[in-house]
Amino acid sequence: MMLAISVLSGFGLAFAAPILSRRFGRAAGWILALLPAGLTLYFIGLLPSAAAARPAAFSAPWAPDLGLVFSFRADGLGLLFALLISGIGALVVTYTGGYLKGNPNLGKFYAWLLVFMAAMLGVALADNMILLFVFWELTSISSYILIGFEHERASARAAALQAFLVTGGGGLALLAGLLLLGSAGGTLELSALLGQGDVLRASPFYFPAVLLILLGAFTKSAQFPFHFWLPNAMEAPTPVSAYLHSATMVKAGIYLLARLGPVLNGTDVWVYAVGGVGAATMLVGGYLALSQTDLKRLLAYSTVSALGMLTLLIGLGSPHALEAAIVLLLAHGLYKGALFLVAGALDHETGTRDITQLGGLFSAMKLTAIAGGIAALSMAGLPPLFGFLSKELTYEAALEFGPWLAGAVVLAGLSFVFVAGVVGVGPFWGKQKQTPKSPHEAPLSMWLGPAILAGLSLLLGIFPNSISRFLISPAASGAIGESTSVKLALWHGVNPAFVLSVATILIGAGLFAARHPIRSGLSRFAWRWGPSFFYDRSLDALNALARGQTRLLQSGYLRFYLFAIILTVTGLAGFTLFTRGGLPVPVAVSEVRFYEAALALLILLAAFVATVSWSRLGAVAALGVAGYGVALIYLLFGAPDLAMTQFLIESLTVILFVLAFYHLPHFAQLSSRTARVRDGLIALLAGGLMTSLVLSAVDAQLHPSISGYFVENALPLAHGRNIVNVILVDFRGIDTMGEITVLGIAAIGVYALLKLHTDRKKDKKGGGE
Amino acid sequence: MTSLILRTTTRYLTPLLLIFSVFLFLRGHNQPGGGFAGGLVAAAPFALFSIAFGAAEARRVLQVEPRWLIGVGLLAALASGVIGLLGGYPFLTGTWGYLKLPGFGVLDIGTPLFFDLGVYLAVIGVTLSIIFALEEAE
Repeated sequence: MMLAISVLSGFGLAFAAPILSRRFGRAAGWILALLPAGLTLYFIGLLPSAAAARPAAFSAPWAPDLGLVFSFRADGLGLLFALLISGIGALVVTYTGGYLKGNPNLGKFYAWLLVFMAAMLGVALADNMILLFVFWELTSISSYILIGFEHERASARAAALQAFLVTGGGGLALLAGLLLLGSAGGTLELSALLGQGDVLRASPFYFPAVLLILLGAFTKSAQFPFHFWLPNAMEAPTPVSAYLHSATMVKAGIYLLARLGPVLNGTDVWVYAVGGVGAATMLVGGYLALSQTDLKRLLAYSTVSALGMLTLLIGLGSPHALEAAIVLLLAHGLYKGALFLVAGALDHETGTRDITQLGGLFSAMKLTAIAGGIAALSMAGLPPLFGFLSKELTYEAALEFGPWLAGAVVLAGLSFVFVAGVVGVGPFWGKQKQTPKSPHEAPLSMWLGPAILAGLSLLLGIFPNSISRFLISPAASGAIGESTSVKLALWHGVNPAFVLSVATILIGAGLFAARHPIRSGLSRFAWRWGPSFFYDRSLDALNALARGQTRLLQSGYLRFYLFAIILTVTGLAGFTLFTRGGLPVPVAVSEVRFYEAALALLILLAAFVATVSWSRLGAVAALGVAGYGVALIYLLFGAPDLAMTQFLIESLTVILFVLAFYHLPHFAQLSSRTARVRDGLIALLAGGLMTSLVLSAVDAQLHPSISGYFVENALPLAHGRNIVNVILVDFRGIDTMGEITVLGIAAIGVYALLKLHTDRKKDKKGGGE
Repeated sequence: MTSLILRTTTRYLTPLLLIFSVFLFLRGHNQPGGGFAGGLVAAAPFALFSIAFGAAEARRVLQVEPRWLIGVGLLAALASGVIGLLGGYPFLTGTWGYLKLPGFGVLDIGTPLFFDLGVYLAVIGVTLSIIFALEEAE
């Protein structure tokens, strides 16, 4: 119970956030951060039970008919993510208080940040796959709103839409994949599915399910070729970039891969698709980062690279690779979160994020500089920081798979060192440069977050075993699928990984020293045909298609709408009728009485007169005759209710027509002869179809007639002797409910149209006077 | 339209039609009639009024905004369905009670009656909304 409350509490606080923000002003960030901070402590408290393989769980019926359970489960893997989400969440919420100080929409921002946090916790801790999907989509939605927070800027809106379309599209694929997985494994509960790896891998659904799930995970985690949305998402305010687009949301895909790895990995599809895409992303992201001059875009590309490295490690799937992935996940969250927050502080205090304009700020922003420096050293992989440990493990895991893979990982490592230098060292050292604002230290709320994250990078690096038993081992067990015990140590001795690590740092430092020529050299290769180009083209194509079909279908001419409706119905119904049943031939025609025949003739005549009449009143009168004739037929065949209603409707129709005449222009011949012949043919076709339908309906008895039931039960069950009315108000009450609702909506529609017209006329008159 | 004949007949017809509509509405459960037909008949005198005297006069006689009748009617129908729901039955399940009236014997009163009343009011509202709007449109 507590677990479910802790996941959902963020949604509750989100509602209160705007009020709290207005009420407490500057202190609101600190107050709101109490919830994520408290959640962090709560999740830490759950770690021992997860480590003992007795994870806290909650489950309640949701939609039992559909096999849906509202279930959460806090095992090691989920808790590692939950801790990143709530811990960094607390720091980001406080940071926001300083960063967006005075923004009129601050309350809304807090609210969406908390919604995101709750949704993300749901992704990490949900046990039911559909529940996970719901939370997954909620993170996409909150990300959309947070990226577009400064919605006055067109670029922010476009970036928000792009991120949403890419991740949302992937989300649809994910849903399909999860459902396939659920039907292959016979359960939607992740905990129950995890024991079914062999069944799943042998299932015919395995291949499509994996592809669809990978599509969802890759789009969410910005894997090549879907990586382009992440750098554009840097339009978001920096706390969002740090939180969603570096530390947590973009790792949702990684989480899913790690979670499902134990049941899906080991096949060629998995190794090549996941490992291959991961490697490509790692290299592309690392390469593109080199030429960036905007601090946040630089960090974004480097995040893409790190996400690629995580995906690669999960794709490799060996126990060592998965352990390395878990450690890298934590290390990256700590140092990249800190660096993003530092970048935001730099932007906030100097007025620019352009690295060519930043330099020598150490004396002005000492605390920020120290936090940024430590985080950068961790990113570069220098001892004794946690990042060093992570890099050693990654290299060791990659070396198991041969020199090529190790080489690729080292290349990405070089990019890491380069980026770390550019972000953590470049702005603070060297010659002081002129910045748009005169720089000064960031407020407490803005240096506290980076300082804590950087401090953790240092502490965990020095005392790695403090977390190995309760955090890393349970999480790695979740990713591997069997209980494992990870031993973390800073010093592994002089082995190939260490040599590679030293080489990475030395060459990376050299690259950093040569950063200016590298940047200007690379910026000449602008890549025009990237995935972003195809995204734009397909978006244009989609819009063009929508415009085209709207122009075709929504022509604005009532007669075309009627054509479309009537021809579609006659075409489809007629096709089915004639292919399945054949033309109905009335076989047994009961005796036709004289007055019946006369009535039928009268109706036909009236209908004909209505179409050829030259006066409106004549046409309406003829229509009325046809209507009354039909009512008489009802009466003759024993349906007094229907007849009475028909009589009333006919009378009202005449009244309505008379009122409408008043507004209509004079009767005139507007259509050409061909048009009228065409209309006549269509009308005959529709009438012919209806006739055939009625005839075949009389012949064919597809289901046992239900009227007997109504006749027998009208009095005992519904206390009424008039079956028609009993059906209307009792047996089929919900149909009637729908009908009067439609009637009401139609009346409001007519009212609105007429009022709009009248008001517009009045406006015109008023303007003319 | 200022026709003396129409105006005079409208005045006399109005109470008759209204009584007839209530009659139709009430007998509907056992004999031809019901909320839909009753509602149409009830709308007729107001429609006549709006033709003979103008929509403003018809609105004055009706006293309530026809759009409200739509809403009230729909709500009544909905509420009658919810009553069954409260008893643990599916939405719109009929619930019946008995009313002993001296001289009339036992009268069955059930939620379908309120449902039909909702239909009755909604139909009046729909018909008159459209007719008044047409009449008022210039």
